[in-house]
Amino acid sequence: MPTSTLELLRISATTAPAPGVRVVPTITKLVDTTTCIGCKACEVACQEWNDLPPETTVQMGTYQTLPDMTANVWNLIRFREHEDNGALSWLMRKDQCMHCADPGCLAACPAPGAIVQYTNGIVDFQQDQCIGCGYCMTGCPFDVPKFHPKTRRVYKCTMCVDRVSVGLQPACVKACPTSCLQFGTKDAMLEIANARVAQLHANGITHAAVYDPQGVGGTSVVTVLAHGDRPELYGLPRDPTIPVAVRVWKGPLKWIGNLAMVGGLLGVLVHYVRFGRKDHQQSVAGDQSKQ
Amino acid sequence: MSGGGRVVRYVFRERVLHALTALSYVYLLLTGLAFWTPGLYWVAAVLGGGYLTRLLHPWVGLVFSGVLLWMFLTWRRDMRITPEDRAWRRAMRHYIRNEDAQVPPAARFNFGQKQLFWLMVIGGLALLLSGLVLWFVASIPWQLRILRDAAILVHVVAALATIGGFIIHLYMGLAVVPEGLHAIVHGDVSEEWARHHHALWLERGQPARVPPATMPATKNDATSRG
Repeated sequence: MPTSTLELLRISATTAPAPGVRVVPTITKLVDTTTCIGCKACEVACQEWNDLPPETTVQMGTYQTLPDMTANVWNLIRFREHEDNGALSWLMRKDQCMHCADPGCLAACPAPGAIVQYTNGIVDFQQDQCIGCGYCMTGCPFDVPKFHPKTRRVYKCTMCVDRVSVGLQPACVKACPTSCLQFGTKDAMLEIANARVAQLHANGITHAAVYDPQGVGGTSVVTVLAHGDRPELYGLPRDPTIPVAVRVWKGPLKWIGNLAMVGGLLGVLVHYVRFGRKDHQQSVAGDQSKQ
Repeated sequence: MSGGGRVVRYVFRERVLHALTALSYVYLLLTGLAFWTPGLYWVAAVLGGGYLTRLLHPWVGLVFSGVLLWMFLTWRRDMRITPEDRAWRRAMRHYIRNEDAQVPPAARFNFGQKQLFWLMVIGGLALLLSGLVLWFVASIPWQLRILRDAAILVHVVAALATIGGFIIHLYMGLAVVPEGLHAIVHGDVSEEWARHHHALWLERGQPARVPPATMPATKNDATSRG
C-alpha cells in the first residue's frame, strides 16, 4: 500500500528505473530475543491487524504455535531448547520477513510490480500482480514467502506498511509487553541494539551480538541474539546471501542468453543474405555430372 | 528414373505429432520468454495475462513432454547416429554454404536433423525434470533447496539450448530447404527432392509413391515452391 510512488525504491521485473526520489529514513524493527517471554502477543496482533484467517495450531511439544509460517501466518515465534554444559536455555526468535536491503525475492520475481521495495526499506508483495511462480521462495535466503494453494499467490509480512506509512508502529511492536520489540529508524535501533549487547557482555553473556546480516545488505529486522556467535541455534542462516543460482540467472546468464538468442537470429539472417535458399535443381545436375 | 513422381516423406501420424510438438513448443517458448525478461512480459499479457500464463505453462509443458516422447518412440530408429553421419558431419560446412554436391548422401534424416532431434529429446527431458521442481517449489523442503537452485539454472540453460536448435530448424524449414514446409504439412515430396536431400532414404527406404492423380493441386503447389 504505497502512500506515494515517490517512495518506490525498487520494482520487480521492470525495464525502467523506480520513481522513488523522496528521501526518508530507513525504518527498522528491533527484536531483542533476550527479553522475549514467548507470549505470542505479536502473533495475535499480526493476525488481527492484517485480519488474516486463523490457522489451526499444531501441538509440537514446545511453545511454538505452528511448525512454520504459512500464507496466513506471517509472524511466528520459533522456540528451541538448547543445552550448554548442563545449562538449559529457551531460545525464542521472531520469524518473519527480514525486509532485506538487497531482497532476493525481488531479484527473482518475473512479474512486473509484484514485489516492491520502498525508500524506507520495507519490502512488500503486491498480490494482485503476483502470478504465483514461486521464484521469490527460491530467491529468499530466509525461507519466508509462503504460497497459498487456493489463491496461488505468495504472502509474507508487510512490516504493517499501512500503519507505518501513517506514522504508526507495526502491530506486533505495539502489542509486545516487554519492549522486546521496538521500532524506529535503523540508526536508532542499531544504537539500542549495540547498547543492549554491551550490557549483555557486561553481564557475562559474552557471545551476545546483533544479527544484521550484511550479505543481503543488512535487514530492516535487526535481532539481538544471546548466542550471536551461533545464529544457527535460532534457525537463522550464518551468512545469508541471495542464492548464487539466482544471481547467476539474473546476472551473467541473462546477458549471455539474450546475446545468444539475438545472435542466433542475426546469424540466420546473415546466412540467408549470404547463401540463401538451397537449389536442388542445380546440384542434382552437379550430381549427374559427377556420375 | 522419371523424376516426376512424388513420394511420401511423413505419414499422417508423423505430421500430427510434429504439429503438436511445434504448437506446444512455441507456446512454451513465448510464455517462457515472458518470464525470462520483463521486456517480453507483454507476451504474457497478450496470451491471457501473467497469472493465466503461469497457470498454463506447466500443463502445456506436460503436453509437450508427452508428444515429444511419442516423437522419440516414432523416430528414434531413424535418428540413430550411423557411421555415414560422420562423413556428413565433416562435409557440414559445404551443406551450410549450399554446396550440396559435395555433401555425402543422407538417410531419412541427415546429421543436422538428428542433432536437433537429440537436442530436443535431451533438452526436453531436462526441461521436464527441472520444470516439475519449479512447478511444485512450495513442496520442495527447505533442506533440499539446492534442488530449487539447480532447477532454475537447468531450466534456463536447457531452454536456451533448445531455442538455438529451434531458430536453426525453423529457418531451415521455412527459408533454406525448398519443400521443407510442404513436406511436414502435407507429407509428400518430389522424387527429385528426395534424391537430392535424402538419397539413401530413397534408395533403401523405398518410400511409398503418391499416385499422381490423387494430389494434383498439391503437386503444382509444391513445384512452384521448389
